[in-house]
Amino acid sequence: MFAPAPFLLKDVSVSQVMIQVCVALIPGIAAYASLVGPAILVQLVITTVAALVTEALMLKLRGKPLSLFLTDGSVIVTAWLIALTFPPLAPWWLVVTGTVFAVIVAKHLYGGLGQNPFNPAMVAFAVCIVAFPALMSQWPSVGLQLGLIDQMNIILGWAPRVDTLTGATPLDAMKTALKLGDSSFDISTLLANQDIYGNFAGRGWEWVAAGYLLGGLWLWHRKLITWHVPLAFVASLSLISGALWLYNPSQFASPLFHMLSGGAMLGAFFIATDPVSGCTTPRGKLIFGAGAGLLAYIIRVFGGYPDGVAFAILLMNLCAPVIDLLTQPPVFGMKDKA
Amino acid sequence: MLMDLFKFKGGVKPPSNKLQSNHLPIAQAPMPSRLVMPLHQSIGGTPRPIVAAGDHVLKGQMIGEADGWISAAVHAPTSGTVVEVAMHVRPHPSGLDSLCVVIEPDGKDEWIARTPIDHNAAAPADVFHHLQQCGIVGLGGAGFPAHGKLTPTKGVPMDELIINGAECEPFITCDDLLMRERADEVVRGIAVFRDLLQPKKVLIGIEDNKPEAIAAMRAAVDALNEPFSVVAVPTLYPAGGAKQLIRVLTGKEVPGSMRSTADMGVQVFNVGTAYSAWRAIAHGEPLISRILTVTGNVHAPRNYEVLIGTPMGELLALAQPHPDTDGILMGGPMMGFLIPNPQVPVVKTTNCLIAHDDRLFPPKAPEMPCIRCGACARACPHELQPFEMYWFSRAKNFGKTQEYNIFDCIECGCCSYVCPSRIPLVQYFRFAKSEIWAREREKNASDQAKARFEFKQLREEREKADKAEKLAKAAAAQAAKKAAEAAAAAAESGADAAVATPAPEMDAKRAAIEAAMARAKAQREAVQPKNTEHLAPDQQKAADEIEARRVAAHLIEDRVSSEEATAAPTAQLDPKS
Repeated sequence: MFAPAPFLLKDVSVSQVMIQVCVALIPGIAAYASLVGPAILVQLVITTVAALVTEALMLKLRGKPLSLFLTDGSVIVTAWLIALTFPPLAPWWLVVTGTVFAVIVAKHLYGGLGQNPFNPAMVAFAVCIVAFPALMSQWPSVGLQLGLIDQMNIILGWAPRVDTLTGATPLDAMKTALKLGDSSFDISTLLANQDIYGNFAGRGWEWVAAGYLLGGLWLWHRKLITWHVPLAFVASLSLISGALWLYNPSQFASPLFHMLSGGAMLGAFFIATDPVSGCTTPRGKLIFGAGAGLLAYIIRVFGGYPDGVAFAILLMNLCAPVIDLLTQPPVFGMKDKA
Repeated sequence: MLMDLFKFKGGVKPPSNKLQSNHLPIAQAPMPSRLVMPLHQSIGGTPRPIVAAGDHVLKGQMIGEADGWISAAVHAPTSGTVVEVAMHVRPHPSGLDSLCVVIEPDGKDEWIARTPIDHNAAAPADVFHHLQQCGIVGLGGAGFPAHGKLTPTKGVPMDELIINGAECEPFITCDDLLMRERADEVVRGIAVFRDLLQPKKVLIGIEDNKPEAIAAMRAAVDALNEPFSVVAVPTLYPAGGAKQLIRVLTGKEVPGSMRSTADMGVQVFNVGTAYSAWRAIAHGEPLISRILTVTGNVHAPRNYEVLIGTPMGELLALAQPHPDTDGILMGGPMMGFLIPNPQVPVVKTTNCLIAHDDRLFPPKAPEMPCIRCGACARACPHELQPFEMYWFSRAKNFGKTQEYNIFDCIECGCCSYVCPSRIPLVQYFRFAKSEIWAREREKNASDQAKARFEFKQLREEREKADKAEKLAKAAAAQAAKKAAEAAAAAAESGADAAVATPAPEMDAKRAAIEAAMARAKAQREAVQPKNTEHLAPDQQKAADEIEARRVAAHLIEDRVSSEEATAAPTAQLDPKS
């Protein structure tokens, strides 16, 4: 009998970690579902099934034990993040394409669990927004009230995609308006349109963001994530947006708007905190979060895409190894010498 | 007494499991059927056996004498007969055998004459010698000979003497019970250490989950009117690690690379070491027994005073292990190891035996890939990055593991404890460390071999050069003789051959050539028609030069004796000659 010390082990496992991440997403999902209807739940089911099937196939091809890895829950987190970042009425084949790409290419071709340099869900988003820009920009029109059957029909392609059903997100609408170059345009009059922009950001979207914030704080409380990445992300996004907003409030939206729009909260608490593709040292996490927040703002406001969070995180994934290397903390007893 | 405590980063809080064994007083373990005393029980040199099979020994009689300064004697734990001095398995994860003295007790338990020492009157060197002769070693785990730690580092003032009663490992309660029951003698032992080290203050650190021990120690300190501080430290594994306890009590961080904590003006002893040192000083008793916890999957867990050398299986039987017990764990569950068989004897550093079963220690779930969650880094008390070290250990990139300070790892097991992927991180680090050590040994061996080879080459070259020189000298002497003869012959025929006579100060090289030439000439003179006679001196010289070149190029070697043919070219070609 060979069993190395320690003989006592804490009751933790990879699947426990992943399940808790899923649980933390529930407040955000609930707010999302109440905003856009059950479509998001349909998408969650589609991505989960697609992810599990693809994962099983890849594990079999790679000769890995199915029962051990299929139950680790990591692929479910990926699936859920894809469902939550894609437009809720996106056709089924689009989310499936994204999911399959994420699992096969972004995860398993790099060596599977723990080996992927990029966050698989963000790879799926980036690939699909580059390949299918139109479909990836169609978000449900504000106040659109469709039942489960109607939404399913749209997702599954059994009902025609009518243009009036979908529209740009508040972020996208603002950018389009600003890009028209109308010098008399004023952001405050745009934001005054309560139908679209609600009280803070997008109408109803602020509650989704608040849901992610709540779940993220719970993850922090459970010590599954540390404060470094979310705080640095929020701080850098606030600083850059606040500075430009103070400089010219008619052309730049407020920090609060940016914080509660698009994927900022989801990105700050659930995606930028992905340990596999992110930084691991405390200082590295601060740099990672701050860089992601800054890049998200730049891409969002000056770039060509409606939201910049996904690209910002992928770009920071790219830098993570070198950031980690350069931010190694001094070890016990070596602090004054480092 | 209130004082500011410091914190160390990391640490874990495993279930303490101490209540099972700390409610009963220390019991005396019965005399075992035989005692196996491994000679190597402490860090440092292995004591030399000074008894042989058949010898009768008394209790406390020395059976192995210290080998060098960092070494401590071992003694017969009871009176009886030496059965054999032979290789037996010792309690070590390697499961390797080591030299042991096996004693069959005679049941009389008859003491040898004991000589106490007055440590205040005696010279420190004599006290150190006494402690070494009594076999006093650190009982906290590593087993460092105590006398080796009782001298302050030169030029560094001794600020704090720390007494470690933290006992942070789960299940173990032997120090707890020792402090509860024998606090007086522990404190007296601490006073001896204080007298020898002369520290500015003495701090006794005990984890706050041992209120009875803290109270007993405070009472003893007060009763003896000593200015020692008994400090309750927060219960957090591994607070009992020497460097962690130093950090908590003083705020000092001793780097992993620093060999001795005394270099930072602080020294740490276990409470058990202080107790046995006092027994040795005041009563002349060598270290032949210790207190240890028998717990785990047993019916009656408790602490026993046990003779060193008692087979662990016999000891475990006292606590009545449950039938599903499938192994014996020596030490705590965080850093201990399973012993290879129940005949393994208790040694000086054995503080706990735990009956192992799957209920207490469930089999580990299969290892998953690392997800870089960083839980290990947050748990590491030495602030290392275990997941990085794991990655490089796995890849056998040992240079990188050293860059990540793998040798600062104290193998406390915190990282493995918290890892959600169930990676046996400490195993990977032990593997990497032993590979690095093995490679360094190999490198040292190959460096030595290289040095040996180079020296051999040098020696051979020198010998060759010496030989060549000797041969050249001999050849020169011979050539001079022959040339003289030839000159005499030439003088007879009226020719002036004196120009051909080599000057005695000619160098060896030319001498050899001339000698060969002269001989060849003599031979030619003997057999050839005399058409080369009566040459003008410059003609003769030109002919000689041609001859010389031919000799050097081996063109006429058949005419030159083999000795000269080898000697001359070697002397010519070897640039070092």
